[in-house]
Amino acid sequence: MSILVGEDTRLVVSGLTGREGSYHALNNRRYGTNVVAGVTPGKGRQDVEGIPVFNTFRAAVATTEANTAMIFVPPRFAADSILEAEDADIATIIAITEGIPAHDELTVYNVLKRNPDVRLVGPNCPGVLSPGKANVGIIPAQFFKPGNVGVVSRSGTLTYQIGNELAQSGFGNSSIVGIGGDPVPGSSFVDVIALFEADPETELIVMSGEIGGSAEEEAAAYIAEHVSKPVVAYIAGLTAPPGKTMGHAGAIVSGSSGGGQAKIDALEAVGVRVGRTPTQVARIAVEILGG
Amino acid sequence: MDLLEYKGKQVLARYGVRQLAGGEAATVDAAVAVAEEIGFPLVIKAQVKIGGRGKAGGIKLANSVDEVREHAESILGMDIKGHTVHVLYLERASEIETEYYAAVVFDRSAKAPLVMFSTQGGMEIEQVAEEHPEALATLHLDPLVGFQPFHARRLAYEAGVPADVVRGVGDMLATLYEVFVGEDATLVEINPLVITPEREVMALDAKVTLDDNAMFRHPDNATLDDSSDADPQEVMARQRGLTYVKLDGDIGIFGNGAGLVMSTLDVVAHAGGAPANFLDAGGGAKADAIVASVEVILSNPNVKAVLFNVFGGITRCDEVAKGIIEAYGILEPTVPFVVRLDGTNDVAARKLLADADLPYVYPEATMDGAAARVVALAREQGGGS
Repeated sequence: MSILVGEDTRLVVSGLTGREGSYHALNNRRYGTNVVAGVTPGKGRQDVEGIPVFNTFRAAVATTEANTAMIFVPPRFAADSILEAEDADIATIIAITEGIPAHDELTVYNVLKRNPDVRLVGPNCPGVLSPGKANVGIIPAQFFKPGNVGVVSRSGTLTYQIGNELAQSGFGNSSIVGIGGDPVPGSSFVDVIALFEADPETELIVMSGEIGGSAEEEAAAYIAEHVSKPVVAYIAGLTAPPGKTMGHAGAIVSGSSGGGQAKIDALEAVGVRVGRTPTQVARIAVEILGG
Repeated sequence: MDLLEYKGKQVLARYGVRQLAGGEAATVDAAVAVAEEIGFPLVIKAQVKIGGRGKAGGIKLANSVDEVREHAESILGMDIKGHTVHVLYLERASEIETEYYAAVVFDRSAKAPLVMFSTQGGMEIEQVAEEHPEALATLHLDPLVGFQPFHARRLAYEAGVPADVVRGVGDMLATLYEVFVGEDATLVEINPLVITPEREVMALDAKVTLDDNAMFRHPDNATLDDSSDADPQEVMARQRGLTYVKLDGDIGIFGNGAGLVMSTLDVVAHAGGAPANFLDAGGGAKADAIVASVEVILSNPNVKAVLFNVFGGITRCDEVAKGIIEAYGILEPTVPFVVRLDGTNDVAARKLLADADLPYVYPEATMDGAAARVVALAREQGGGS
């Protein structure tokens, strides 16, 4: 088992005919992901190395039975593309695009929350990798192998850093989920942790958070009530000055909210062990798993 | 993008929000010219992107040209909590009967717009919430439904607004929501919102934040950006398309990916050092972007040593190594570099650096080791902390 993407994934890529979209979609296919279609308005009937391109998501789904979408179009078109995927009954939408306007994300979030059958991961995220099964997005799969650690993170490179240290200690991953660094993520820590809790393959959950917002505090409250598996956490940005956006649009300490120490305190209060550096996180995980 | 008060008011004016006559001035003479146009008495206000300017002496009443000169001279160049005053806003003073508070906020936790209204204006909203919760009415909106007239009535009546201004206040709230959506704002705050003796509703201050990611929809708003009080390195970085935040320390930081760079700052602080900046070169950075980054980092005179911490996913470590070698040749740095490269093509990268054999470039294998090394080197260079 794994979560969100796996052997059943049938992937349609919005933006397949673009330079970045085709590069990463083909990379995903080489990894073993079943890439069944692309969507680019006006380029229907073309193909990208044998992957058929459709003008609309509805046409792509009707012909290929795609069940998962990867959004790789520029920011100004991304919200529209996500809504189109939802309209075509795609169950899992993974949005890689960075720089989508906040109000567009608000609209998308509020439309999708009315539909219990759809899940959005991202935007502004590296995607989801289930090692040995499927890779949807831009996570460099070569650093990861199958295993029992589930990873959920707001940051891409930090995930690679922590995952790589775990791999060097001999541990692999059930799935690695980037939820993205934007203020309105489609899936929160809580959403993904719930999936890992229910996934029989996952024995330990690593969550990598950062300053800004309150998603980590909400995760702490959820873990206390609903999670039986051990969780190890990391919070980036403890020393970031207030009022400054640290790269990710969502990474900002505003007034008294969003600070790193409060997140650490909330997690530790419910028994989550928090590493002070990525290396410490990997060490704690290895210790719990009995490495 | 946070707007100065007078720029925020320009945006509000486009939507018909009533305000007093006013004008901005960057010099004493310009202030006098504005004063002569709008008349006395007037208020001179420091334009800075930080609260508490009144207490700091940044707001003064003037009744004559002489007083305008005197106050403009004292306020221009003033430092308010680290922000230098470069511009003044002069506004006709008027009689105020009541001060209210109104705001539309992008509430990321609730994933909905939050409208706040209070009959206690002129103080921080956090203080109102604590001391006069009965005077504060709040409402989360469904962005798909928008702001309806009943929302306005609900807020006005709940906060206890007198009957004769319920309509005026409601119209103002509807307009502020229109600005919030129409301009892709993440904050529109009026504090105070005033009621005049004629029972008119007016904006006396304005705090507006616009979403940088939505600027493509509002090309005209680019002129609202104010970099007069921006840091020179931050301006330079923006011109080069880099994500850079200036910090107080002496260790330059180069990294890829916002999370890893934030983590690098923390690990350096953990090792006893003080980072001089946040710099995210982004995914897939090529050699020229790395040269540009190093140039920005080294242009900060406080920098005593630089740490490169890269985990290559899309970014290829050999490209980063080439960039470092190239930057070293072009910029001839006088401070040491500590380089930790892991991930895609890391072996090739380490070989490139070893072959180049640059003096004062120290490779390190781990993030923690690299942080300890750069802190020690910065100290040798006379760095603090």
